[in-house]
Amino acid sequence: MTDAPVSKPKSSLLVQDARTKRRNASEARFKIYGLAAIGIGCAFLLTLLTAILFNGVPAFKQTFVTLSVTLDPAAIEDAENSTLKTAKYKAMVSEALLAELTEVGIQTDMDPTKLGDMLSSATGDQIRTYALAHPEQMGQTVEFTVLGSSRVDGYMKGRVTREALANDKNLDAEHLDIVDQLAAAGKLSLKFNPAFIFGSDASEKRPEQAGLGVSVVGSFIMMLVVLFLSLPIGVAASIYLEEFAPKSRLTDLIEVNISNLAAVPSIVFGILGVAVFIQFGGGSLGIDALRKSAPLVGGLVLTLMTLPTIIISTRAALKAVPPSIREAALGVGASRMQAVFHHVLPLAAPGILTGTIIGLAQALGETAPLLLIGMVGFVATNYPSGFFDAFTAPNSAMPAQIYEWAKRADPAFYERAWGGIIILLVFLLALNIIAVILRSRFERRW
Amino acid sequence: MNQMSLIDRAVDMTHIKIAARGVNVYYGDSHAIKDVNVEIADKTVTAFIGPSGCGKSTFLRCLNRMNDTIDICRVTGDILLDNEDIYDKRVDPVQLRAKVGMVFQKPNPFPKSIYDNVAYGPRIHGLAKNKAELDEIVEKALRRGAIWNEVKDRLHAPGTGLSGGQQQRLCIARAVATEPEVLLMDEPCSALDPIATAQVEELIDELRQDYSVIIVTHSMQQAARVSQKTAFFHLGNLVEYGDTGQIFTNPRDPRTESYISGRIG
Repeated sequence: MTDAPVSKPKSSLLVQDARTKRRNASEARFKIYGLAAIGIGCAFLLTLLTAILFNGVPAFKQTFVTLSVTLDPAAIEDAENSTLKTAKYKAMVSEALLAELTEVGIQTDMDPTKLGDMLSSATGDQIRTYALAHPEQMGQTVEFTVLGSSRVDGYMKGRVTREALANDKNLDAEHLDIVDQLAAAGKLSLKFNPAFIFGSDASEKRPEQAGLGVSVVGSFIMMLVVLFLSLPIGVAASIYLEEFAPKSRLTDLIEVNISNLAAVPSIVFGILGVAVFIQFGGGSLGIDALRKSAPLVGGLVLTLMTLPTIIISTRAALKAVPPSIREAALGVGASRMQAVFHHVLPLAAPGILTGTIIGLAQALGETAPLLLIGMVGFVATNYPSGFFDAFTAPNSAMPAQIYEWAKRADPAFYERAWGGIIILLVFLLALNIIAVILRSRFERRW
Repeated sequence: MNQMSLIDRAVDMTHIKIAARGVNVYYGDSHAIKDVNVEIADKTVTAFIGPSGCGKSTFLRCLNRMNDTIDICRVTGDILLDNEDIYDKRVDPVQLRAKVGMVFQKPNPFPKSIYDNVAYGPRIHGLAKNKAELDEIVEKALRRGAIWNEVKDRLHAPGTGLSGGQQQRLCIARAVATEPEVLLMDEPCSALDPIATAQVEELIDELRQDYSVIIVTHSMQQAARVSQKTAFFHLGNLVEYGDTGQIFTNPRDPRTESYISGRIG
């Protein structure tokens, strides 16, 4: 230590001056804005997820009634000879229900036809299909698990109340008494309904029968088409534009147009699909595979929509690769193509993958263009007969099916729309998880 | 290094490897290189010195047609390698670059293993028939790059994980692995510390046995230490070219003298 005098501070560091205080305060305010924004976002997300789960989960359960039907050969023959076959079968089921009620000791003075309103009109077809497939069971009594009608189902789920039935010509409060008694007897219950996930769409009269399965196949086929067309074309176009194309007016114009394409309303792509693929390709050129409602056409339209997204993200990923890597490759005598494919592309792969998955997710959720090319929900009534048939057989897609259900009048369909959204979100989540896994794989290879 | 040894360092200019005749380079409208004539000897280290933006790097990049990758760059005049015009229409720049290797200012190893970094050139040029031959080439190149002893136990570790000086020597090893005849070095030590610089300089002196080495440098001390011939560029002109000893002790042009003595640049 020396004895030299210690200098005095001109202004103390221990006291903040006004300017510093103002700066700190504004920084603190900015942080609060950020936290508030995140908080509001999370609140919205939470509300959305709660609403979806609350409204959608009931769609995965359905009311089933267990009853024994006697396959009377005379009645079946009578039904097969009539024009309204399934209606006759339905009548048989209604009789069986009455018998069932008597057996478990439920008193009613309703006639069987009215009683049958408790059951789905799909039951007639269910019994008929079974009877025709099992002629050896003829004359015997078989136990069936049949769908309850959508009103009964709504009552079981708390959607339909006795008061609401006053104006409903489909079901009376009397029916509900029977439902309560049947439920108590264990003959009627809410069960998990795999047909909602794997089944096909049903008519407006039978919401209880409708399922998303066929539309899932339609969406899957379209994703295949989109992936196998837009990824190679998009990446190749990006590589050409980014690495090879001379910088000229023309390439500038193309660049601007690609960026603009990403902002074109999707319904315009739908019209383009109708004009190019269905009217010109399928009509004028006579290519049979390009027909209305075909997932192949849907996939082509969505490919056009996804291409700009993939091209923009791929070009960004290519641009992010340091030029020193290209120079290094060229410096040891690699051709430009070798430099790109050996060094630049692997480094850009995570970015390309992210763009592709975002594009696919966008395509998976797209509805408007599909409605224009005829991939509307009510088309999805049958599974395609094979892998190749799945590309051309009329089908819908998950979002189009959900839209179709949401616009039907019956609240039972509305519930299914919510349920369909859960399935759609599960698929989107799966896509994102795949993206994360693939990205970390590629990044580990540096 | 004292002044005497600089003068004594005789240059044996037996063969001319590269000859530039009336070379002009334009970047769009700007005239970057103005009528440069130079003859570069084989098995010699030639240094290009000059202030920033004087065109020395631009000229270097003409020698392996690296400027081709820049759209707006235009080169006129002749550059002869072994008396063949490298800007002839029939010349494929990729083939040229196999003969004229390059080391860049910033170490730029591929984000691959050390082995793959060195093996890449031989692989694409088909220099090895099998794995054993390739191993041999890689080892030889890494020994040439004076880095073999440091990396021989971790050939499959990423090249980007090495230190800056090691990375640069790896890049030199990568450049020599393709058996070039000329080695261009664009400020190879500017990103390195003095110890790594010394190692690279020592390496350059050894490489002179087999190659014609051309090095662009900002450090006049470095030019004096490693080169036999020096070219001084200023504002796109080749001001003076001669034996290193002569340039540093007895420059003919006043601009060279000003630069060397630190008055300009």
